[in-house]
Amino acid sequence: MTIHPMISALRRHKAGVVLIALQIALTLAIVCNAVFIIGQRIQRVNRPTGLDEQNLFLVSQQWVGAPAGDDPASIQKLDALLREDLAALRAMPDVASVTPTNSLPLLNSSWNGSVSLHADANLIGGNARTTYYFGDENFVRTLGLHLVAGRDFNAGDVTNKGFRDPSEPTVVIVTKALADKLFPKGDAVGKVVYLDGSGTPSTIIGVVERLQVPATGSWVSDFAWNATIAPVRLNANFARYAVRTKPGRLQAAMKAVTSTLYKVDPLRVLDDDSVKSFADIRTQAYRADVGMAALMGVICLILLGVTAAGIVGLTSFWVGQRHRQIGVRRALGARKADILQYFQMENLLIAGLGAAVGIALAVGLNLLLMKYYEMDRMPVLYVLAGVVLVLALGQGAVFAPARRASNVPPVVATRAA
Amino acid sequence: MFGYYLDLALRSLKRSPGLTALMVLAIGFGVAASMTTWSVFRAVSGDPIPWKSSKLFVPQLDIWGPDSRKKGGYNDIADAFDYTDAVALMRDHRGKLQSAMYQVSPSVVPADAAKHPINVTGHAVFSEFFPMVDAPFKYGSGWSAQDDQNRSRVLVLSDKLNQKLFGDVNSVGRSVDIEGKDYRVVGVVAHWNPQPRYYDVVNTGGFVGDGAEDVFLPFNTAIDVGMPNNGNTNCNAIPKESGFVGLQHSTCVWISYMVELDNAAQVESYRNYLEGYMRQQQQAGRFNWPPKYELRVLPDWLSFEHVVPDDTKVSLLVALGLLIVCLVNTAGLLLAKFLRRSGEIGVRRALGAPRNAVYAQFLTEAGMVGAAGGVLGLLLTGVGVACVGWVLPKDIAALAKLDVSLLAMTLLVAVVATVLAGLYPTWRASRVQPAWQLKSN
Repeated sequence: MTIHPMISALRRHKAGVVLIALQIALTLAIVCNAVFIIGQRIQRVNRPTGLDEQNLFLVSQQWVGAPAGDDPASIQKLDALLREDLAALRAMPDVASVTPTNSLPLLNSSWNGSVSLHADANLIGGNARTTYYFGDENFVRTLGLHLVAGRDFNAGDVTNKGFRDPSEPTVVIVTKALADKLFPKGDAVGKVVYLDGSGTPSTIIGVVERLQVPATGSWVSDFAWNATIAPVRLNANFARYAVRTKPGRLQAAMKAVTSTLYKVDPLRVLDDDSVKSFADIRTQAYRADVGMAALMGVICLILLGVTAAGIVGLTSFWVGQRHRQIGVRRALGARKADILQYFQMENLLIAGLGAAVGIALAVGLNLLLMKYYEMDRMPVLYVLAGVVLVLALGQGAVFAPARRASNVPPVVATRAA
Repeated sequence: MFGYYLDLALRSLKRSPGLTALMVLAIGFGVAASMTTWSVFRAVSGDPIPWKSSKLFVPQLDIWGPDSRKKGGYNDIADAFDYTDAVALMRDHRGKLQSAMYQVSPSVVPADAAKHPINVTGHAVFSEFFPMVDAPFKYGSGWSAQDDQNRSRVLVLSDKLNQKLFGDVNSVGRSVDIEGKDYRVVGVVAHWNPQPRYYDVVNTGGFVGDGAEDVFLPFNTAIDVGMPNNGNTNCNAIPKESGFVGLQHSTCVWISYMVELDNAAQVESYRNYLEGYMRQQQQAGRFNWPPKYELRVLPDWLSFEHVVPDDTKVSLLVALGLLIVCLVNTAGLLLAKFLRRSGEIGVRRALGAPRNAVYAQFLTEAGMVGAAGGVLGLLLTGVGVACVGWVLPKDIAALAKLDVSLLAMTLLVAVVATVLAGLYPTWRASRVQPAWQLKSN
């Protein structure tokens, strides 16, 4: 089939051609970027936390009338309250393991700082950024972390200190990501690091495979798995407990926890919001990302639908307009397949033109989003997939009107228009 | 004549129901997507205090120096205050009204012993906070400057907490147990929940759902009783001492600050004051870099702090793109529809109808399609706003409201946009040569 007559035929419908091509170009630009956003969000939501998330829940509570002071006596009193709670929780029939903790991955309440290989660095000049978790000898087990080198904390490692006490722990466990950053040779265990510009050394005694930071914002993306675990019970007038239940006993344990803790001490703030399963924490953390992906998905579907409908509409009009010419071609010996092919080919030309413009628009839109809204650069693959998608969409949309055209009988040629 | 065109348009639309339905659907979806995302954008980007936002300023001081930006990865100078500077600025008192403030989350013990203690949220502020933000009082008022000085145990309750603790009565003069200490109620704020929470976006991030703040108490009193801050704490060096007192002696920033300046002269003199203050601190040997400060007016401050989430802006942008595609699509379909009626136009023109009449007829038709699309758009926007809750974070979604102005806007956008899309097809229709049409038929 020669393209030349087709192009001259299209010249007679300049406006229609331009409108369809423009629509395809815009659709391509928007769909590529929207799908890219969806992809990024899905990737974020699927980031592994490193936790065994099943059967895990968190209790956040606050004592009332507990000492607010930071003097040693107050701190020991707070620690006694904390240990009393831990004992009560551990005695619950459905509970497998409990640890005090300052936070959990995805909780968006975090304590961040820096790790340095030298004692003289200050807080902002460390070798790596890190988040801190404070727990006891049950921390690794309760969260279901995988120890890949060294050893876990034992009861003798665990100390306690006031919430705003700047002293640093003597031993720590770090994540593999942080260990590899600091000691690329893989020999982190036994090495000494300095936390937050402090002059006192902390020795790495173990490495866990993975543990995500609590924050989920984009500002943590460059240290999402750099975590340091300190064997420290933090003493403040509030506390958080991570609880691992026996398999399948999550609901029962969550239900019983409030009354258990009230029995220990009724003078505390503890409500429905204070007890959260990890599944809920995850849902809440990624709600915005899932929502954005869903919104982009809906917009993509509407766009593709509207564009396809537009192609069907305009092509139908052209077919109607060219009824007589089609009849003439059929009378002159063109087969049905030739007519069908003609319209499919015509659409490919127009869609191709639109796609060419669309590639530029897609890249332009991505650059715009990068400049103003902290988006990443879109891989070429998304644009190529988008081109294939809109071309296929065009071919699919044009099929029905093109088939109708191919069914025009040759006898139409002899009728008056 | 308009009635006649309406009738013609209706007939024409009925003649090709498929094409008409396509156009109406395209416009309906396009408008609904734009209006739904717009409703969210409008909610989060609105000026929380339009009558006064040009007089409210947020100062920033460069107490960490250029090293913090180079090594610490901060892009700008600290966006909150350490205790030393917040107290110094309050003491100097160079603005018309000003307040340092920090977020607290103490527990309140109800008088009824059978009830468990509850957690409340609020801010420790200075007395000038209330007139500065025009807080509406239901009972009583804020406390006095004397109370600030004396570190009095007084507090202002929200309407909601007042309701919870005392029932709907004037509780001024009664006392509330906060963490074991009695505070005297001096005022109850009527329902007041500005979004974004502009006076402390550093700690609230801007949006805090539908929960208004429960308590306000004097800054000095809160410091005195050691009520810790419940928001962000950012440090460029670890505090040398422990505890809340250690935090007060550190260079960590955790206090928000706002000042009201009524005219350009006051702004100018406040700038000079900040410059002088920083120079004086430098001379006193606190730091060794050139004095640097910022004084941003509230709207600039909100945009500097990225209060409107990027996601909201990107959604609006993408939805507007969808609307444009829908309009291009409608323009194409209208073109097809109008040109198919070249014969009819030819006859009308030959019978003496001026071009303007053709314009009027076809734009009426486009307008009708737009109106129908608008009605569909209204329904879908309603559905969209109702569904926003499971697409966006709860605190932001709660702000998106379906109101008369949004509904009117939806219809208007639909009709105007469709008429605009119909301009080119109509122009083409009006160029139809009557003679050519008559001959060929």
